[in-house]
Amino acid sequence: MTQTTSPDPNLSRRDFLKIAWAFLGGVALLETAGVFIAYLQPRLAEGEFGSIITAGLVDDFPANSVTHITNGRFYIVRLGDGGFISVYHRCTHLGCTVPWDQTAQKFICPCHNSQFDQQGLVENPPAPRPLDMFPVSIENGEVKVDTGTILQRQSYETAQVVYP
Amino acid sequence: MTEQTPQPDPEPSVLDRMRERLVPDGMPSDDRGRMRMVMDSLILHIHPAKVEVTTLKWTYTWGLGGLAGLLMMILGVTGIILINNYTPSAPQAYLDILELNSNVWFGELIRNLHHWSANLLIVVSVLHLIRVFVTGAYRPPRELNWLIGVAMLLLVIGANFTGYLLPWDQLAYWAITVGTSIISYIPLIGNWLSRLILGGPEVGANTLLNFYSMHISFIPLLIFGLMSYHFWRVRKDGGLTLPKKAEADSQVKPERVTTIPHLVRREFVFAVVWIAIILVFAMLVPAPLEGIANPDISPNPAKAPWYFMGLQELLLHFHPLFGAIILPGLAILAIFLLPFFDINLTSVGVYFRSLRGRSLTLLGIGLALIATPLWVLLDEYVLNWNAWLPAWDMLISNGLIPLAIVLLPLIFLDEWMHKTFHADTEERVLFIATFLFTAFIVLTIIGIFFRGPGMSLYWPWAMPIH
Repeated sequence: MTQTTSPDPNLSRRDFLKIAWAFLGGVALLETAGVFIAYLQPRLAEGEFGSIITAGLVDDFPANSVTHITNGRFYIVRLGDGGFISVYHRCTHLGCTVPWDQTAQKFICPCHNSQFDQQGLVENPPAPRPLDMFPVSIENGEVKVDTGTILQRQSYETAQVVYP
Repeated sequence: MTEQTPQPDPEPSVLDRMRERLVPDGMPSDDRGRMRMVMDSLILHIHPAKVEVTTLKWTYTWGLGGLAGLLMMILGVTGIILINNYTPSAPQAYLDILELNSNVWFGELIRNLHHWSANLLIVVSVLHLIRVFVTGAYRPPRELNWLIGVAMLLLVIGANFTGYLLPWDQLAYWAITVGTSIISYIPLIGNWLSRLILGGPEVGANTLLNFYSMHISFIPLLIFGLMSYHFWRVRKDGGLTLPKKAEADSQVKPERVTTIPHLVRREFVFAVVWIAIILVFAMLVPAPLEGIANPDISPNPAKAPWYFMGLQELLLHFHPLFGAIILPGLAILAIFLLPFFDINLTSVGVYFRSLRGRSLTLLGIGLALIATPLWVLLDEYVLNWNAWLPAWDMLISNGLIPLAIVLLPLIFLDEWMHKTFHADTEERVLFIATFLFTAFIVLTIIGIFFRGPGMSLYWPWAMPIH
């Protein structure tokens, strides 16, 4: 809305105020949205899934074994060479809990038949990536797993393995 | 004691005076009064005072929109009283349902009514959408109401999905786990959004509370607002669509009758009959309830809610980015945009556009009925691009290649319609939409009835019990 006959290349006061109001209104809306999103963030309780969980003693896990730690939602896999990894028991396809099939020596998901080997690598789709992992640490002969940090990965690397 | 002189004009009793306030002139006895009554009433005002006789024909709309509205009312009433016997926290939620089923007067009946009405509402909403589509009733000036209707369908599915978790049994827990995992495949924001909705890395106590609040406040409020607007818009857009008249008939004035009693009486009878049907069904068939949710054990097979089984079936054949995000996203977008690229006005109010449209619809249904199971079988037992092309990214081997296998024949079919049948745009839209929708229904049926343990294919009558 230019005010007079001579077209002013600069902003008129009215236009400036309009834009300023619109801008401030937009900022207020964004702030409100931010408040809502921040308010709705997940609330994690201490000591439950999401904290550091002690899976057991190193010697509890024989070489080449897979052990389900249900309260931590993960498996402790001890590889043939004595190394430890910890895989999240949740299928990377659609979130079903993947049981370890002892006879087939695989993780086989009941929902869509995704299959993973001992290290959690995909043997059969539709799962799009290997099973997620949690960081493992070994302190005083105890195997501890940080379930607050979910590590997504695309492949298996020796750096993922922890040795006692 | 008794006075013998007759009282000529007794005072009206309290009851008479109350009735007079509620219905000031009594029930109207002439057309003029009946029309006034519609105009003066808030609820009846969604109708015009008079309607054309031809729009009363029951086989034109099948009363689907009205039935959806009725189901919303049943869901509102039963939902509100169910709140009184429910705690949205795990595991109390499950115990409350057990209590409701065994220890609350009519508890199980109310729950069954709510459950079956909600499921019927999905079916009825989809049928309503199909009816509006095949009669071309979304054409100008009704595009906006189509958009609102589709938005309401999505909200109805959202309401159903959030309600699905509330019993906190194994069925609920794993259906919601599978259903919400789809969210994490949205590029860039998927993981963050999924955590926000679930209130954590997986379905848990926070999810139950989130879903409960969505289910009883946000979604019903939105639906109520949109539904009121939807009804009002029907009237604003000139009522129901009618076939265009031939030139010779255009001079003849259509016969119109008063809404009271002709339309209102039909609606009332329709509502009463449907309430009776739903009530009897809810008395005879209990809503399913399995064991309490156990995050450590996924049932085999773990299935999404039945209306998502077509999607879950797609997920068996496509990379999740395609099966869960791109294809459904495109489908919803196409449904939203339908009225804007299908604008031939000549066939409004005619089922399937034209005689040729009828044949093409049948052809589309028939082809989809044959092609879809064949494709599922082929993909299940023969095609294995992932193993054949191990070096390729799964987005290509399990996404783009299957997509091409599906899309190419569809493009060919469309060309064939165009060249051989000389179908015009609206008939081609009708044909493609019919084909795709039938294919989706077939996928849903395969997912519900033919998928067993490990999501392998079985005959429904030879389904192994796991």
